[in-house]
Amino acid sequence: MESKINLDHGLVKEARNHAKSIALDMQSFIDEHTTVSVERTILRLLGIDGVDDIDRPLPNVVVESIDKAGGLDLGVSYWIGNALLEYPNKTPQDIAEMVTNNELNLTEINQHSMEDIREKIFEVSKKGIQVIDGHREKREEYLKTIGEGPRPYLYVIVATGNIYEDVIQAKAAVKQGADIVAVIRTTAQSLLDYVPYGATTEGFGGTYATQENFKIMREALDEAGEEVGRYIRLVNYASGLCMPEIAAMGALERLDVMLNDALYGILFRDINMQRTLVDQFFSRVINGYSGVIINTGEDNYLTTSDAFEEAHTVLASQLINEQFALLAGLPEEQMGLGHAFEMNPNLENGFVYELAQAQMAREIFPNAPLKYMPPTKYMTGDIFKGNVQDALFNMVSIITKQDIQLLGMPTEAIHTPFLQDRNLAIENAKYIFNNMRDLGEEITFKEGGMIQKRAQQVLEEAETMLKDIDNEGLMTTIEKGKFAGIKRAKDGGKGLDGVVKKDSKYFNPFIDLMLGGESHE
Amino acid sequence: MSNQIDLTKIKPYGDTLNDGYIQFSFTLPVPFGDEADEAAKILLAKMGIKDASVAHSKDLGIGYTFFVVYGKVTQTVNYEAIEVPKVDNDVMDKYGVEDFINEKIKREITIIGACSGTDAHTVGIDAIMNMKGYDGHYGLERYKNVNAINMGAQVPNEELIAKAIEEDADAIIISQIVTQKDVHIKNLTHFIELIEAEGKRDDFILICGGPRIGHELAKELGFDAGFGRGSFAEDVASFVVNQIVDRDLI
Repeated sequence: MESKINLDHGLVKEARNHAKSIALDMQSFIDEHTTVSVERTILRLLGIDGVDDIDRPLPNVVVESIDKAGGLDLGVSYWIGNALLEYPNKTPQDIAEMVTNNELNLTEINQHSMEDIREKIFEVSKKGIQVIDGHREKREEYLKTIGEGPRPYLYVIVATGNIYEDVIQAKAAVKQGADIVAVIRTTAQSLLDYVPYGATTEGFGGTYATQENFKIMREALDEAGEEVGRYIRLVNYASGLCMPEIAAMGALERLDVMLNDALYGILFRDINMQRTLVDQFFSRVINGYSGVIINTGEDNYLTTSDAFEEAHTVLASQLINEQFALLAGLPEEQMGLGHAFEMNPNLENGFVYELAQAQMAREIFPNAPLKYMPPTKYMTGDIFKGNVQDALFNMVSIITKQDIQLLGMPTEAIHTPFLQDRNLAIENAKYIFNNMRDLGEEITFKEGGMIQKRAQQVLEEAETMLKDIDNEGLMTTIEKGKFAGIKRAKDGGKGLDGVVKKDSKYFNPFIDLMLGGESHE
Repeated sequence: MSNQIDLTKIKPYGDTLNDGYIQFSFTLPVPFGDEADEAAKILLAKMGIKDASVAHSKDLGIGYTFFVVYGKVTQTVNYEAIEVPKVDNDVMDKYGVEDFINEKIKREITIIGACSGTDAHTVGIDAIMNMKGYDGHYGLERYKNVNAINMGAQVPNEELIAKAIEEDADAIIISQIVTQKDVHIKNLTHFIELIEAEGKRDDFILICGGPRIGHELAKELGFDAGFGRGSFAEDVASFVVNQIVDRDLI
């Protein structure tokens, strides 16, 4: 691609090298640790599901029992593998039920050889992998047979708080032209250290991410997609205390896009950074393997910080997220790096600067399906002006060839979208995308003009920031409040007690199986 | 010729005084078609709207129809008889609160918040305290010279009070979302009893909030203020900084 903004590729390379060094530094910490959530994820991928009589998910019960006995540093794979050897006729689910019923203490039974345990657990793990492979193939088959909408994909949210009502709204959105449907989670879920079970009909501003809800919406979207003749992608949110678990559930129910960003959890949900960075790695391995596009949360920086002043923090974070994703085996084609149209509408030439930043993101990440977020911060409740703001946002997107367009709603800042709001938003985007489809191809930006200078400035500032982070380390940078002006302590926040240093004999079969033997152990 | 506006009988203005025109947009759960348009008109007639005309209707794809309708309202409002009760202190925006702290308090203030008791829903306390705030209203963490400590959900009242004493806090905010079987009343009463037993009641500004909590209920339970649905960080912050000055807690 020829650069429209006269991008300094040498500087991009330097920025990327710093980001790589930052991610590698962090990865050595990640590789030494596991978490309760990572371990619960392994159990889920081994086929353990369900809840006990007081609604505790079995993966939680099993991990807690091993943790209480001081055995979590060896990992659940070791203990479950050992139990399967001891009880050759039992499945992992049987073993989990025995633990739940206090019929079995995993750490007190006869211990078999490491070699046998590994062999057993890899054999069982392959079943989970086969389910995920099946979903990948099904998605590819759909894309081959019924196809998909043109990019930018039209992405809408449903947030009724009731999964069955969400289904109705989602189907309507598909009929109106949506390509991607996200089911918003209830506000408190990212801080729950377990994943609720079953279909749910309650929540605040959304409903729970549960495997059953995933399944219900997947079926509905497949049905609607077949009817309209294009594949409809399903989104949910992994970020939070159960990041890898929800990624696993997404893999098992064929979600297509997942919000996946440890930095978002650290900054905006006050989740402990050690915990969530370890969780993020495994969740991205799973997302990568299952063909899920991740969405990162850089857009959120701009809802607290100024979109003009702090644009470089978005680029810096995108570059770090890219490197973390690569380390987890997640290809560029699945990196839905985030940014947002959040310039103050009163800023003179705000549209021009926004165009520069969007074009810059496009050129720096040519293969990534960039996720572009709509105006939210400056939406007022004036729905008429809001529709115009969303129109400008759609114009930037089609001109600069963004990929995933989270449609702005004229009623943003008033309520979760009404059925008709979503329709207005889709009409707005369809009109502009169709009417201006190839305008971007016809445009070159003036040599040394405002747009080129703006892109260069943001790139320079991002490179400087990454150099500083590279010197100080990512955790120290966050402690100092360099992202979104929010300070978070290394030992602060929620979930630190779920971080465990691995024993030298620890193993996670799914890292090996999903990364094709390229283990970071 | 100038039209006389009768403030005892006001009506919407479309393009002529007292024409009463209002624009409506809504969705009806019926299939697109003549019957749907008629349903929309009948609905407006029942609402007291004359001459309803459907300007636009559209099939929403699942047997529902979206409408844009215009019509003339027949009712009037007596503007002169309106009285709106106002809160005691004026609500300042974030910058107003920050300036107020700079000028009148001249130190960092500390506000501790939690969903205390069994309540696991942090949506309310997060809306007030978290950096991102809610609906475009920044939370207290974002305020300069406000040390905002969000202890999260299911915090025992004992722990909340201990933390407030340890941090020498100015204000304590408790959010209660769950109100089944009046669990919030029991928990808030328990909190007040505890802090009174500690002899610390007057050291703090005590605030509670939640979708089903009002100012009146809060006062009744022994709090200084209650904030219900639609309250934002600036409402809470304005109250706190004014109280610090009024109660001489500087």
